[in-house]
Amino acid sequence: MSSIGTGYDLSASQFSPDGRVFQVEYAQKAVENSGTAVALRGKDGVVFAVEKLVTSKLYEAGANRRIFNIDTHIGMAVAGLLADSRQIVETARTEASNYRAEYGGNIPVKYLADRVAMYKHAYTLYSAVRPFGCSVALGSYDEIDGPQLFMVDPSGVSFGYLGCAMGKARQAAKTEMEKLKLKDMTCMELLKEAAKIIYVVHDEVKDKHFELELGWVGAVTQGRHQKVPQDVYAEVERYAKSALEDDSDSGNDDM
Amino acid sequence: MYANPNSIINPSLWPNGPAPGCFFNFPGANVTSTSSSSGIITRTQSPVTTGTSILGLVFDGGVMLAGDMLGSYGSMAKFRSIERTIKVNNSTVLGATGDIADFQHLKAIIEQKVIDEDCADDGFTLKPKALHTWLTRVLYNRRSKFDPLWNTFLVAGIEDGEPYLGCVDKIGTAFSDSKIATGYGAHIALPLMREGLEKKPQMTQEEARALLINCLRVLFYRDCRALNKHQIATITKEGVTIENNIELDTNWEVANFVIGYE
Repeated sequence: MSSIGTGYDLSASQFSPDGRVFQVEYAQKAVENSGTAVALRGKDGVVFAVEKLVTSKLYEAGANRRIFNIDTHIGMAVAGLLADSRQIVETARTEASNYRAEYGGNIPVKYLADRVAMYKHAYTLYSAVRPFGCSVALGSYDEIDGPQLFMVDPSGVSFGYLGCAMGKARQAAKTEMEKLKLKDMTCMELLKEAAKIIYVVHDEVKDKHFELELGWVGAVTQGRHQKVPQDVYAEVERYAKSALEDDSDSGNDDM
Repeated sequence: MYANPNSIINPSLWPNGPAPGCFFNFPGANVTSTSSSSGIITRTQSPVTTGTSILGLVFDGGVMLAGDMLGSYGSMAKFRSIERTIKVNNSTVLGATGDIADFQHLKAIIEQKVIDEDCADDGFTLKPKALHTWLTRVLYNRRSKFDPLWNTFLVAGIEDGEPYLGCVDKIGTAFSDSKIATGYGAHIALPLMREGLEKKPQMTQEEARALLINCLRVLFYRDCRALNKHQIATITKEGVTIENNIELDTNWEVANFVIGYE
């Protein structure tokens, strides 16, 4: 890497001569090492799917979750260092709580994304701190604004998305997403496609075992973010696995 | 004429100058930091907008809370659709007598507590006994600062399949019973509820509801701070339902026999 040995990569508070902040770029690299996470926005909700890599068989099933509730109506999927992510989750929850205390209502996810972005950005400005090694996707649904999805990266920039992906296979995942007509899809359809994407982009060679994590918020959940119920999870997982087998079958035919 | 003879005999050392130990004397700055001129810190010693009785009754397989929807400003029936019974979560409801503002303050805190529980998503929820204990701690703590939250709360819910009904007052006294009435209802409605339970210790939901409605009606007749617009909350294993704006049929014919009525 061009940054190494130049002396401009030791501090988050110093630019390199060509105008980059290497510490922030390293934080983004930390996100790229993590299991893939995707979030899709459809016509009546937002779904999250996470490829949670399980690095040891000794872990309890379901440990170290990567999809969180931020408030009743907001969900967050994270990629990158899990400990850093949890700090962001905590900050986001506090912000949502403060907003409720101040204004007496649910925080619009747009404002929450802004506040989380501001918080992360503050950690890219000083030599005494390091940036957060995580990206987060925030999603919510309500009758007035419909489904909304935002992603905040380690540099503290946030955008609204129809579909976003973070982690290892985010490029492959984005390619898969572009094939979908996201705006017309229901939560159930989104969930199946999101799960399928996770299965498709999973690298069987490098990472053996993973758990699929699914969360959704939409008309089906009355605007509340939840992890998907067991029966739905089973159906979605079955769909994703069979779709993957069909794909690999047809792939074999071609050869 | 001379000025006040005292000022001649005992002239002040430095009139209009700063007080001893003070270098400056800004206009309007000589307001004492304590809230009263005596230097004693005073606090609210009485409620302002109040709600009257709440009734709680355990029946076979559940528990009910009942009360009216009035916020009284002294003796004036000022706010006529105040929700004094609130759903906390799917297993718990809370009813409040006393200062409405204090109740609404605690309500906001409890709602955030429930959201925090939801966020943790660990399968645990706020149960009625836990809420009752928590309220006891909060109320006792405030009274120990001589600054009480001016309420009596009834906590009702289902815990481990069993109905639970608890009461806490503004000084932190807490107890649990199968029938509780707060405020004026403790005098008027509680004897009726005891009577009902003596006749039929294991009531059905319908019987409990009928008894509570009778109590509400009697309270409306006799309690000058009551309103004929009620809430009834029912908690069973199936969950929580709260009925709002219940109006009871009443009979005031007897009023014509009261001398000076009209």
